[in-house]
Amino acid sequence: MQPIAIRDVSLNYDTPGGKVQGVANVSIDIDASEFVCIVGPSGCGKSTLLNIIAGFLSPASGQISIGGKPVTGRGMDRGVVFQDFAQLFPWRTALGNVSFGLEMKGVANPERDKIAREQLRLVKLEKFTDSFPHHLSGGMQQRVAIARALAYNPSVLLMDEPFAALDAMTRDDMQRLLADVWRETRKTVIYVTHNVAEAVYLADRVVVMSAHPGTVKAIIKIDLPRPRDPLSVEFLDCQKELMGHLGHNTNGAALNGHGA
Amino acid sequence: MQDAVTTIAIADAGESRGAERWRLVARNIFPFAVVGSIWEIVAWAGIFPHRLFPPLEEVAVSFVNLTISGILPHHAIETILRLLGGFALAAIFGTTIGVLMGRSRRAEDILLPLVSIGAPIPGLAYAPLFLLWFGLGNFSSVLLVGFVSAFPIIFNSWTGVKAVKEIWVRSAQSMGADDKRLFRYVILPGALPYILTGLRLGLAQAWRILVAVEMLAAVPWGLGWLIFGARKFLNTDAMLAGIAVIAIIGIVLEKYVFQKIENYTVVRWGMVKS
Repeated sequence: MQPIAIRDVSLNYDTPGGKVQGVANVSIDIDASEFVCIVGPSGCGKSTLLNIIAGFLSPASGQISIGGKPVTGRGMDRGVVFQDFAQLFPWRTALGNVSFGLEMKGVANPERDKIAREQLRLVKLEKFTDSFPHHLSGGMQQRVAIARALAYNPSVLLMDEPFAALDAMTRDDMQRLLADVWRETRKTVIYVTHNVAEAVYLADRVVVMSAHPGTVKAIIKIDLPRPRDPLSVEFLDCQKELMGHLGHNTNGAALNGHGA
Repeated sequence: MQDAVTTIAIADAGESRGAERWRLVARNIFPFAVVGSIWEIVAWAGIFPHRLFPPLEEVAVSFVNLTISGILPHHAIETILRLLGGFALAAIFGTTIGVLMGRSRRAEDILLPLVSIGAPIPGLAYAPLFLLWFGLGNFSSVLLVGFVSAFPIIFNSWTGVKAVKEIWVRSAQSMGADDKRLFRYVILPGALPYILTGLRLGLAQAWRILVAVEMLAAVPWGLGWLIFGARKFLNTDAMLAGIAVIAIIGIVLEKYVFQKIENYTVVRWGMVKS
């Protein structure tokens, strides 16, 4: 598990109206095995930042290093989970999807199968190894995606609103499951969300970003003991504080757990 | 008591499933029954001379006679061989070119204009050229079938590769897939629904051009030749028998080749509804 250093990262978008700054001078230091959530309004560049860390975009300036090694592109030291359920390969079973990274890594079959099954067990899908994605519910598909990103043992897990498209009840289950998976695997996690309650539930620290251009507005440490109780007073206080940083009215109506 | 209820329920379900099947069969037969009845009425009303518009029973008799004498199977086999030869060429070159166009910008820039110009020209218009260049007979007809039926295959493979979801590509790349393995494990299966559609359209195209060209290419056997040759002798029943064979081969290929492949792949994967 590796620490991540993000130094002065900026990125511009080319639009018909000229250059628009998407992310401006973002610097964050993340410890090994730390769970960091990035929250912010739509268009604050949080997903862009994640894509830069994943190596899908290269920054205009600045540098990112993982475990001291500078990031120059995609790499198997990072696992990525997207929001879209369609990220799974429909032509592969759950097991086939989870095996993909191992195949690319050159892990041979008895071993590969064993690891993939183990990962599916970790996300409680051991009964669905041979199911194709279209037979799985949205929550199950996202669990396969998590298992798939973990299977080839990256030191960092990057997650882009993985539960945003799920219904509220499934989302609660998934957050609990992710917290368990993280406790067991101790990956360094960067998790983008617009859901304040989700960030407080999962994160060691929450990075609050603001838009136009995307900059870091505040970094808040969540010092609650785990497992966390979303109904406790301390939890709600944290949520309130976070919402304050997001510029929400914290009196009454805005307290619905959503920060976007 | 509980058991009796369950048994009745199961018996009911079985019966309704049987009824369901019969309804399905009836629904499939119905349109043919309607057209067949109209045909019979027209045939027996004497609107056309009897020889030119024989009733279906006479067509059936000549179908059976031609089959028993071995003439119809001989024609059919020659046609099928040409069809498969031409279609195999089209499938191999068509998917290769189409996928290449989808993958490489340069290939697309060079090939797309050519393919776009070539595609809308009716296949038969190329026939005289092919016959002059490659002579009469099997070689030029197979080549022409391959050439003409490659177009829909090229277009669909090209579209299919372009329509592969970006998120699959990203996922695969983030898991360490290089270009070669990305192509084999993601692009090809991702484009498969389109490629299969292209092959299907290509096969239909192959039929159309083959039947026509069999008459022009001076081949001694073949369903196209049978149909056009029968016209000279007013053998309408033989013509209709030939058309029926084409329809039967078409249905067999669709049901037992394409649908099987689809059910095993894209339907099983949920990429296409059955």
